[in-house]
Amino acid sequence: MSARVFISSDSSALSVGADLVADAIRDEARRRGLDIELVRTGSRGLFWLEPLVEVETAAGRVGYGPIVAGETAQLFDADFLGGGAHSKALGRVDDIPYLAKQQRLIFARCGLTDPLSLDDYRRHGGLGGLERALALGPKTTIDEVLASGLRGRGGAGFPTGIKWRTTAGVEADQKYVVCNADEGDSGTFADRMLMEGDPFLLIEGMAIAGVSVGATKGCVYIRSEYPHAFATFQRAIERARAGGLLGASVLGSGKAFDLEARLGAGAYICGEETSLLESLEGKRGQIRVKPPLPAISGLFGKPTVINNVLSFASTPWILEHGAKAYAAYGVGRSLGSQPFQLAGNIRYGGLVELAFGATLRELVEGFGGGTHTGRPIRAIQVGGPLGAYLPDSLLDTPLDYESMAAAGGMLGHGGVVVFDDSVDMARQARFAMEFCAKESCGKCTPCRIGSIRGVETVDKIIAGQDRPKNVQLLRDLCEVMTDGSLCALGGLAPMPVLSALNHFSEDFAKAPTRVAAE
Amino acid sequence: MAFDLSVAQALIDRKRDTPGATLPILHDLQEHFGYIDAAAIPLIADALNISRAETLGVVSFYHDFRRAPVDGHALKLCRAESCQSMGCEDLVSHLELRHGIKVDDGDNPSGLHVETVYCLGNCALSPAALLDGAPVARLDRDRIDAIVAAAQGKVQ
Repeated sequence: MSARVFISSDSSALSVGADLVADAIRDEARRRGLDIELVRTGSRGLFWLEPLVEVETAAGRVGYGPIVAGETAQLFDADFLGGGAHSKALGRVDDIPYLAKQQRLIFARCGLTDPLSLDDYRRHGGLGGLERALALGPKTTIDEVLASGLRGRGGAGFPTGIKWRTTAGVEADQKYVVCNADEGDSGTFADRMLMEGDPFLLIEGMAIAGVSVGATKGCVYIRSEYPHAFATFQRAIERARAGGLLGASVLGSGKAFDLEARLGAGAYICGEETSLLESLEGKRGQIRVKPPLPAISGLFGKPTVINNVLSFASTPWILEHGAKAYAAYGVGRSLGSQPFQLAGNIRYGGLVELAFGATLRELVEGFGGGTHTGRPIRAIQVGGPLGAYLPDSLLDTPLDYESMAAAGGMLGHGGVVVFDDSVDMARQARFAMEFCAKESCGKCTPCRIGSIRGVETVDKIIAGQDRPKNVQLLRDLCEVMTDGSLCALGGLAPMPVLSALNHFSEDFAKAPTRVAAE
Repeated sequence: MAFDLSVAQALIDRKRDTPGATLPILHDLQEHFGYIDAAAIPLIADALNISRAETLGVVSFYHDFRRAPVDGHALKLCRAESCQSMGCEDLVSHLELRHGIKVDDGDNPSGLHVETVYCLGNCALSPAALLDGAPVARLDRDRIDAIVAAAQGKVQ
């Protein structure tokens, strides 16, 4: 029997040379006349170890990493195919504490399987959720999702089951299921990892939604910054069709559901659900005024379930194991698991899926091991570019929707970006406004104009011009944007600005510097 | 590839009956020609039964769609928060000071066209970029120097 070697083809792994390592291992095996089976998988999400080479042994899968292509001959000399000792040997990958301490419900399979093998997906427990949903019928399926307490993982935290129940209750000749895979928040990559590493899970989740609400068509809107995810996902759709998971009769149930992947075009605002729908309809990604809710009048005016990748990907587990088992994870009204993403200036960056309620400290210090540069942590931005900058005094905040809100922040899509003490928080506040100005869809004045005035006002503060007056003006402006914007972009852009002002006021009182015009 | 009206028309016709076809068509055109030629606007408008103004409005709304061709290699450099925390802005000034390459400058004669993007989802290995579509990460000044040299056909 040939030895089985696993190397990720996740785009993060590729960015540090996974393809080169895979080629080198193949070549070296050929040179030595060894028969190996090289499987390209998703990533385990332990990115500081990429390219990670795993080998199947009697004791389980053992890992070596990070490997550079030039080291492969050494690996063979050390008998890595038999799990031999080597300076980069990591032992059993499942026993690496970073992985062993996680509670992986969504990412249980990511990194283990060939992402495009439906057989592999089944062998590793896939399709159990959809099979049970088909057996239970639409109403009971939606009740399970409701009872699980699953809330939208895109950031808003709206109960998924309520969206589904609403769409199910509307009569229409056509309904849609739309997946928001426009993961634009800096510091987040869970959607990308899942689409590249376990795409059938998302397809299964969307199929569960489709057969439950009576939608026959689905669409996944993937951002153009994710070309690999888009390519992988398109191939996964084809294979799902060929394997009977999608099409005229989903798993032989007689119920039709099919999917299409669509590519975004570099607009952050299209992560807002109504902008995304406009974009899918071929228009500028300008937000819609709600109501009507998309659940009632969404894509092409038809009832539409629109959820984030991770929301859909949570439902197969819920259906397979039951709402009660899912709700046993988490705290308060934040139930289940959240894939957190450790990013930025962090020593051990990667994907950490945990039940809600772990503290920011456990994540950043426990898993993350502090900063990459080795300097002290100064600020942590949680929840993407619209999330708050938190100081180290708030490290003990539990990571759940309510605790984060109480701390003046938000969980968002679970991105955690660490900054060391070299960061200038006035510059970060300026960037938050600048980003909002660049990405505003232009529909409402507080966002479109407010963000530009915001940049100018922060510039004046940095330049030392009438500081107390301009700080007050900035706060007033933030209030107007928060209360007066139509959607979360203008409404939340003040969050990083105000948190910087409140927690790091010293950075707004430094000796004036000239700001370069941009 | 030089813009060609009949090729453009064929690309448009292939997707004109897709619901919400504007973005898929624009992506196809840009993939083929490297940009959206102004002469394609009336063709799209006609095929989709929308006005030229609406069509142009869509093209100008999305950051991805170029209105003019760019030569040479393309580096899409992430400048969002995660990459900021790892020094992407230093790379931006390095590109300009050391190599004379201005980010987001259409008239760059250097052989390397550098564009700002906000997040490539490679935030655990910041600073990150896409070089002619291939992901690269853990960028520093040396890596940037090597990328510039390779784009200019020099061996380092």
